[in-house]
Amino acid sequence: MDLDALYQEIILDHYKNPHHAGLRDPFEAEVHHVNPTCGDEVTLRVHLSGAGADAVVEDVSYDAEGCSISQAAASVMTDLVIGRSLTDALAVHESFLTLMQGRGGVEPDEDVLEDAIAFAGVAKFPARVKCALLSWMAWKDATARIVAGETAVPTETEETR
Amino acid sequence: MTVETVHLPGLLDGLDVIRDDFPILSRTLADGHPLVYLDSANTSQKPQVVIDAMVDHLERHNANVARAMHQLGAESTAGFEGGRDKVAAFLNAPSREEVIFTKNASEAINLVANTLAWARGPLQVGEGDEVLVTEMEHHSNIVPWQLLTERTGARLRWFGITDDGLLDLSDIDELINERTKVVSLTWVSNMLGTVNPVAEIARRAHEVGAVVLLDAAQAVPQMPVDVQASGADFVVFTGHKVTGPTGIGVLWGRREVLEQLPPFLGGGEMIATVSMERSTYAGIPHRFEAGTPPIVEAVGLGAAVDYLAAIGMHNVRAHEEAITRYALEGLATVSGLTVLGPQQAEQRGGAISFEIEGIHPHDVSQVLDSRGIAVRAGHHCAKPAHKRFGVQSSTRMSSYLYTTPGEIDALVDGLEYTKKYFRAG
Repeated sequence: MDLDALYQEIILDHYKNPHHAGLRDPFEAEVHHVNPTCGDEVTLRVHLSGAGADAVVEDVSYDAEGCSISQAAASVMTDLVIGRSLTDALAVHESFLTLMQGRGGVEPDEDVLEDAIAFAGVAKFPARVKCALLSWMAWKDATARIVAGETAVPTETEETR
Repeated sequence: MTVETVHLPGLLDGLDVIRDDFPILSRTLADGHPLVYLDSANTSQKPQVVIDAMVDHLERHNANVARAMHQLGAESTAGFEGGRDKVAAFLNAPSREEVIFTKNASEAINLVANTLAWARGPLQVGEGDEVLVTEMEHHSNIVPWQLLTERTGARLRWFGITDDGLLDLSDIDELINERTKVVSLTWVSNMLGTVNPVAEIARRAHEVGAVVLLDAAQAVPQMPVDVQASGADFVVFTGHKVTGPTGIGVLWGRREVLEQLPPFLGGGEMIATVSMERSTYAGIPHRFEAGTPPIVEAVGLGAAVDYLAAIGMHNVRAHEEAITRYALEGLATVSGLTVLGPQQAEQRGGAISFEIEGIHPHDVSQVLDSRGIAVRAGHHCAKPAHKRFGVQSSTRMSSYLYTTPGEIDALVDGLEYTKKYFRAG
């Protein structure tokens, strides 16, 4: 079992020095997701500007408690989506999801996923895929709520499945 | 793991021979690591005698029970009901009819919680009544009572936990009062390892007329359990933690109490007679065993408790205490590690939950797994108890009668390696 394939240096770096951590204003949606099997939790806020095809991810802030994989995934995700058009950010999300659900058989595209290619090894550890997806799913959920026009009152706890 | 590093007082005689009874313990995992199984509080491994008993039943005696009038039906019934006899003897139950087979311990608790809501008469739990649990319960001894109290308008209350990981009984006079109808608590905590003073609490509960349920899922595997001496009205446990199979649990209940409870699930085998207008119900235990029961599982469970009885539960307890003491000493050498719960082996069972500063339990268990060491990481279905100690999750090692001091050494080495790997401490 290759531990180093799972715990890539990039992951450990993000774990020790997470980017964009903490909860910030303004935001249009806040969600709280948990991983019911291990108790990992994330509270995550999304701030969008513009609408429709012009929507831009202005900020993603979060308060997360969990293992190195889940913490690092939140940090890497914020790097990837903040400042991007919503359309592009959703495409990155899709790409990451494909990588994580590929059981190790998907070759990641570094141009799209940047630091997130370090998670390719996680896909071979089925028990840890949920850890990596926790904050990504929270982001998708919060974003969908904004797009659907829901107001920014927290927060239903959702299980990430 | 055949080479022993030390011999500890209380360790089971012939530990090598006992280990040979469990085929899985000789398995080698990825990268050639021998299995170090320290997750027995999650589920125990199975001795060959249990596996053989179940295979023999399926190969030679398989038929449905009770309703099959042929020879195989009689043999299968004898095997199934023989399992009940063995469990009754193992628990020192006054009567075999007081032993009810369920799917698991959770179902056993749900059976009691539901039928107490449906009961008419003194056992009925209704509006204004109180149900008392503790903060150290497994979720399976919290949620059924939340459901019961929410549905009936009763009130759920609980004992807290002291900083030492013991039950906080300082408010027992207030918590056990004339409104208390049910007291349900764990005998041995699956997270903190705490062994609770159940007989004393049962005595206090009975003074106010409450019924007492003991969640013995972690007690029956590792200590002598005498249901009569426990003082309880109900004792539940699950087969797979006592070297038996999954798919079967046990509810023991005092006859006088069981006979006042209405049926739980309706179906075959639980009836006396059925017409389209109404039915009458079988006596205990069959009233509570609707449908085809877990037959081969009962055969396996019978073999399991016979196996443990032959070794002797006092000896199993002494072994667990010796290993637990050795583990507590070993874990104390790991800097940055904090054990949750009582620090003395004689006050606790063989499950030890701990935290390591700066390393998440998931990551601890992942690194240990890469060395063939199986532990559990997470909240162990005891989120309130974790919250009490300000932690979200923990790593838990749990031993059993086949655990060696060498395996504890492997764990301690693995934890030091884990710290190095994450450059913590």
